[in-house]
Amino acid sequence: MKDQLLKIVDYARSLGAQYADVRFIHEENEILTVKNGRVEGISKIDDEGFGVRVLIDGAWGFSSGPSLPLWERIVREAVEVARCSGLARKEGGIRFPAASAVTDHYRTPFVEDPFALPLEEKLALMMKADAAARQVPDLKVVRTSLGFLRIDKHFASTEGSYIHQELMESGGGIECTAIGNGEVQKRSYPNSFGRQQLTGGFEHIRAMDLPGHAHRIAEEARALLTAPTCPAGTTTIILDPTQLALQIHESCGHAVELDRALGMEASYAGTSFLTPDKAGRFRYGSDLVNLYQDGTVRNGLGTFGYDDDGMPACRTDIVKNGQFVGYLSNRETAAEIGHATSAANRACSWNRIPIVRMTNVNLAPGTWAFDDLVADTREGLYLVTNKSWSIDDKRLNFQFGTELAYEIKDGKLGRMLKNATYTGITPEFWANCDAICNEKHWGLWGTPNCGKGEPSQIAHVGHGCAPARFRNVRVGVA
Amino acid sequence: MLGKERCEQVLKETLQAARPADEAEVLVMTNESGLTRFAENSIHQNVVERNAQAFVRVVLGKKLGHASTNRVDADGLRQMIERALQIARLSEDNPDFGGLPDDGRPVPVIDVFRPSTERYTPRRRAEAVARLIGACRGKGLRASGAFETGLREFGVANSKGIFRYQPATTADFNTVVMSDDSSGVANASALDVHELDVDALAAEAIDKAERSRYPIDLPAGDYPVVLEEYAVANLVGFLGYLGFNGTAFREGRSFLNEKRGQLVAAPAVSIWDDGLDPRGLAQPFDFEGVPKQRVDLIKAGVAGDPVWDSYNARLAGVPNTGHALPAPNSFGPIPLNVFMAPGPTPKADLAKGIARGVWVTRFHYVNPLQPKKTLLTGMTRDGTFLIENGQVTRGVKNMRFTASILDALSRVEAVGSSTRCSINSWGSTSVPALRVGSFAFSGVTQF
Repeated sequence: MKDQLLKIVDYARSLGAQYADVRFIHEENEILTVKNGRVEGISKIDDEGFGVRVLIDGAWGFSSGPSLPLWERIVREAVEVARCSGLARKEGGIRFPAASAVTDHYRTPFVEDPFALPLEEKLALMMKADAAARQVPDLKVVRTSLGFLRIDKHFASTEGSYIHQELMESGGGIECTAIGNGEVQKRSYPNSFGRQQLTGGFEHIRAMDLPGHAHRIAEEARALLTAPTCPAGTTTIILDPTQLALQIHESCGHAVELDRALGMEASYAGTSFLTPDKAGRFRYGSDLVNLYQDGTVRNGLGTFGYDDDGMPACRTDIVKNGQFVGYLSNRETAAEIGHATSAANRACSWNRIPIVRMTNVNLAPGTWAFDDLVADTREGLYLVTNKSWSIDDKRLNFQFGTELAYEIKDGKLGRMLKNATYTGITPEFWANCDAICNEKHWGLWGTPNCGKGEPSQIAHVGHGCAPARFRNVRVGVA
Repeated sequence: MLGKERCEQVLKETLQAARPADEAEVLVMTNESGLTRFAENSIHQNVVERNAQAFVRVVLGKKLGHASTNRVDADGLRQMIERALQIARLSEDNPDFGGLPDDGRPVPVIDVFRPSTERYTPRRRAEAVARLIGACRGKGLRASGAFETGLREFGVANSKGIFRYQPATTADFNTVVMSDDSSGVANASALDVHELDVDALAAEAIDKAERSRYPIDLPAGDYPVVLEEYAVANLVGFLGYLGFNGTAFREGRSFLNEKRGQLVAAPAVSIWDDGLDPRGLAQPFDFEGVPKQRVDLIKAGVAGDPVWDSYNARLAGVPNTGHALPAPNSFGPIPLNVFMAPGPTPKADLAKGIARGVWVTRFHYVNPLQPKKTLLTGMTRDGTFLIENGQVTRGVKNMRFTASILDALSRVEAVGSSTRCSINSWGSTSVPALRVGSFAFSGVTQF
């Protein structure tokens, strides 16, 4: 493989590329779903191909194909496309700082290979969870899913790098939908929208204990049918880690993507209020707020060895003591503002050009025990598990809905509320963060459905956080 | 591109190799496309991709196995079938599965392949983009967007006699033009790339960006609105996905469960799905190869029927309407070729009669809050204007809406006289602009 890939980048250089890289990727994906006691689908997806990226006279070209024998044609196409890009080239051309050659191998640490486990064992676990949930009356739909992904990825560049990565992801979850009283209410575990996913093996699925939680969330879904509606007003909220992970994702993760801040995603995903002039000069949140990106943390869904610029994964600060200090970036965008790359150049597949993506964007833990935090809250809401999300194209005005809310009265969790929503403006919201739970409550959450780019790219990214409290938040919008 | 002969050969050989199964279905999808992406007045991403994928569903009694591959040579296809058979053997019975569809009736041949699009080059895409950029530079504006041209093939066959193939071409041009405090969008898609008038699209986006400069704050609240076709397409797309999905209906998650046959929209509102209408991306059969039937979703304001695939139609005891997605599909069948009837009002006259309201060009990041109530939230972007005394007067800062689609459709006061078609991955949406008597904005943003 190495010789073949080096031949490809050499050929690109012979056609005039000042820089070229090639990624060959083979993916195996196994997805299992059980719905209401029936095996709804088990599928195995096998996918492979390669993509060639060339930089010629300050303009990019990219082409891709499923079969290596096509390589000369693909390289010629990439070169032709790069020359066409030159018709409307960026003034002065794209700056792409040189990097040292790397030869390395990276493998996701895991305990138990999910692909080696018999299908029957996975199905048995899912059926057990399904049966436990369906003991609860009024449930209309119980869906359990597991998903496993193995990626074999080879990278070579004209700089002499050759990097081989073997990545593994495992995910799973259960969703219970109850219908009645004109309401449709859903509860999910461990996370909504199908699954919690991490890098690693089947040990993550065992740790979830889907059968052990199925009955509880089924009861919660049923109870929501008759729960009072979350009232409208302005109050204090505590976000559980799954909801907080998406809050971080939407209002911080995307906002600090440097390609967005530079306008490169303007027509599709949008731009960012965190324009380059704000780096180091803008108060993003309260003094308690410390956010960082970390592509190295074990189990994070955005964890890898090297990004698609061939740069080693790293940890860098984004918000330090409330101050905005740094972006997610790649070699191209970081050079635009004179920063070092944060190694966040990631393509979702062999047939996509790499762009700036999140790695694991994490909120550092604070000092509070969760029970103490609730006890310290006179009145408010504890909001659990995301149900809906929306944010404007500069990442300022957001609105989220959660599957479940608990009233907080006089320092105690009270009655369950349905259809809870909250809304705000990003820096005002984070400025009102006055407590974050400690590392005992801190965990990593996967977002395996992050969309960006044209053609569309779905990235797998992660967020680490512990529950946190926010004051003066508008709730109950709908 | 595999071509008809090779695609049919893949379908036949795969079915042949899947003979150990009681039943089998093969789906082949290919694509070749190029996309020129630009931002800040330069081309920054310019890509080409080609791929061919095969999907197989095998049936052993009541057990199912699914597998797919993009290695469509003999070895790759054989391994795919082996994987699917192995899955089926190890799986458990699904007593609800009633077999693969056997509706092998001929379907109309609808030509949606345009050689001019197939032959369109990266150079011509770049030249068109360069013209737009030149126009924007001259006005101190910044252009971003994407110009995509491509072809796709879709073949499906099963062991019960279904055998279909259709190639198609598509071209799509979208741009957002920005000043320091405003933006404007334009987007069009077509089967034939030469039907895209890039210069007219440039003018549309530039006009929006210039007219929406110096936006003012407008407080949240209920306003009469004019929704342009881009915004209407977004709402209608969600309505199809949330309300007319046969699985959602069967499980009681759709508004149709209570409202079927009732007045749910203004009488001027008619929405239907028709895979045979060549004004959209016509596709005469679904992902199971079943002929697509026209389905009235809302007719003169009255709620019609959901759409169905073979699995859900059988469980519901109704005829299959040919709206399957690729198996395995836990989501359910959805309308993919959606049309909304135009009305008598020229788009330019839709603001007439509005004393104070909002003109919405398009929405951004829309998501459901309460699907059964068709309650959504999202933002406006790229051209939000104040309407005063029937005239569009100036830009306003973007606003968040939290509103029910059905509530909005029930307040439709006028329907635009022309429609705009947008082609997406698997279908198209063709809708007019609307005047809606009252629309709920729940918040505002800072730009």
